[in-house]
Amino acid sequence: MIALLDYGAGNVRSVQKALTAAGGDVQLVPNPGTVAQADAVVLPGVGAFDDCINAMQRQELFEAARAFVSTGKPFLGICVGYQALFEKSEEFNSCAAGLGIFEGSVVRFPDTEVKVPQIGWNEVQFSKPDCPILQGIESGSHFYFVHSYYPQPKDESIVATRTEYGVDFVSAVWRDNVFATQFHPEKSQKVGLQLLTNFVNLI
Amino acid sequence: MLAKRVIPCLDVHDGQVTRGVQFGKAEAGELRNVGDPVELALEYNRQGADEMVFFDITASAHERKTIVDVIERAGDQCFMPLTVGGGIRTVEDMSTMLKAGADKVSINSSAIANPPLIREGAEKFGSQCIVVSIDAKQTGEDTWRVFTHGGRKEAGLDAIDWAKEAVALGAGEIVLNSIDADGTKAGYDIEITHRISENVGVPVVASGGAGNLDHMVDVLKQGQADAVLAASIFHFGEYTVADVKRHLAQAEIPVRVV
Repeated sequence: MIALLDYGAGNVRSVQKALTAAGGDVQLVPNPGTVAQADAVVLPGVGAFDDCINAMQRQELFEAARAFVSTGKPFLGICVGYQALFEKSEEFNSCAAGLGIFEGSVVRFPDTEVKVPQIGWNEVQFSKPDCPILQGIESGSHFYFVHSYYPQPKDESIVATRTEYGVDFVSAVWRDNVFATQFHPEKSQKVGLQLLTNFVNLI
Repeated sequence: MLAKRVIPCLDVHDGQVTRGVQFGKAEAGELRNVGDPVELALEYNRQGADEMVFFDITASAHERKTIVDVIERAGDQCFMPLTVGGGIRTVEDMSTMLKAGADKVSINSSAIANPPLIREGAEKFGSQCIVVSIDAKQTGEDTWRVFTHGGRKEAGLDAIDWAKEAVALGAGEIVLNSIDADGTKAGYDIEITHRISENVGVPVVASGGAGNLDHMVDVLKQGQADAVLAASIFHFGEYTVADVKRHLAQAEIPVRVV
């Protein structure tokens, strides 16, 4: 069973349907009760960093997610669910501390260079072609992005993919059992479903 | 590089996709039925559309249930970004649409009547969810004004000023629909698209007037639009989304080819 953490993120239905189409047995999980029994966890996300962290704290999913990561079972963060894995965000008025699974902070695109938010399909260049969730997908494929902020990992060794938008930023990371993408695989048609299928097959 | 987006727009009336011949005519009941919205969405999905807009042109209480059902069914099968517009007046309306599977909500006259709605939506769901759609009409050599009610009522706003204000309030994207060009198939209004695009820091989607593929090239290049929205040329089978992408790629515009 894949536990899809439901802390009120708007796109939970889209992620649920896409994971199901990818062959997953998905359960929406609004509280920590069943997280430990899950075979995999997906942390989705749309909206603001602080809202995500605060809602996870309120629903006691914050510690449950951290504990799950240390079990070594597959974990996938999407968009704000990717950003939440870092230590902090520079988003306006942000004061919440992230999950801190990776070192680094979340920063905003330079408004002077590009339109913010980035909305649309951008090329994802693989830094780690051996990353299990990227199998069967070509480096340079377009994935769907919608965001104003992106994480800057301190540890270069976790960088799985990079994307260019005014700056060259890290669009996905991978370390052991933890995968996370700034783009939305659940909205990226064929290549997105391939990525989710790869994730489901890790179980 | 970020690709320029090609977005088919589906006007939904009574559960069917319809198309008025010219701006405001659909609202007045002069419609041509072009098919089932979910079937069309699936077809455009196959053709490689980058996003889809569903527009509820009647926006009645009854129709609301229909559009929610359409979004749910399309979203469950398409795995692509969906925007919904028409009759969204409150944060609760936005929440209903996002929960149904929409990624963005588009507001127009409700934002003009109640500008704080833009901020409330952006604070609750993030700017990237909130699209402000503007119906603009050229009223002087150098002036474009905002209109509502299918182009019949002047809203008392300058189009460029309103776009800037909407973005300051938290809009994450502007859809600019030219009333003069809509339905004419004579091309997008490049001038106002360009002016708004250089005046706001968020993506601008050009709408209204697409009659051939060069019109799309022109508004993306000269008009500096980030995306093109079109209805008729897709619905009546004149061009597929794939035709558009091929043509744009030949004109050296970055697109996602499927």
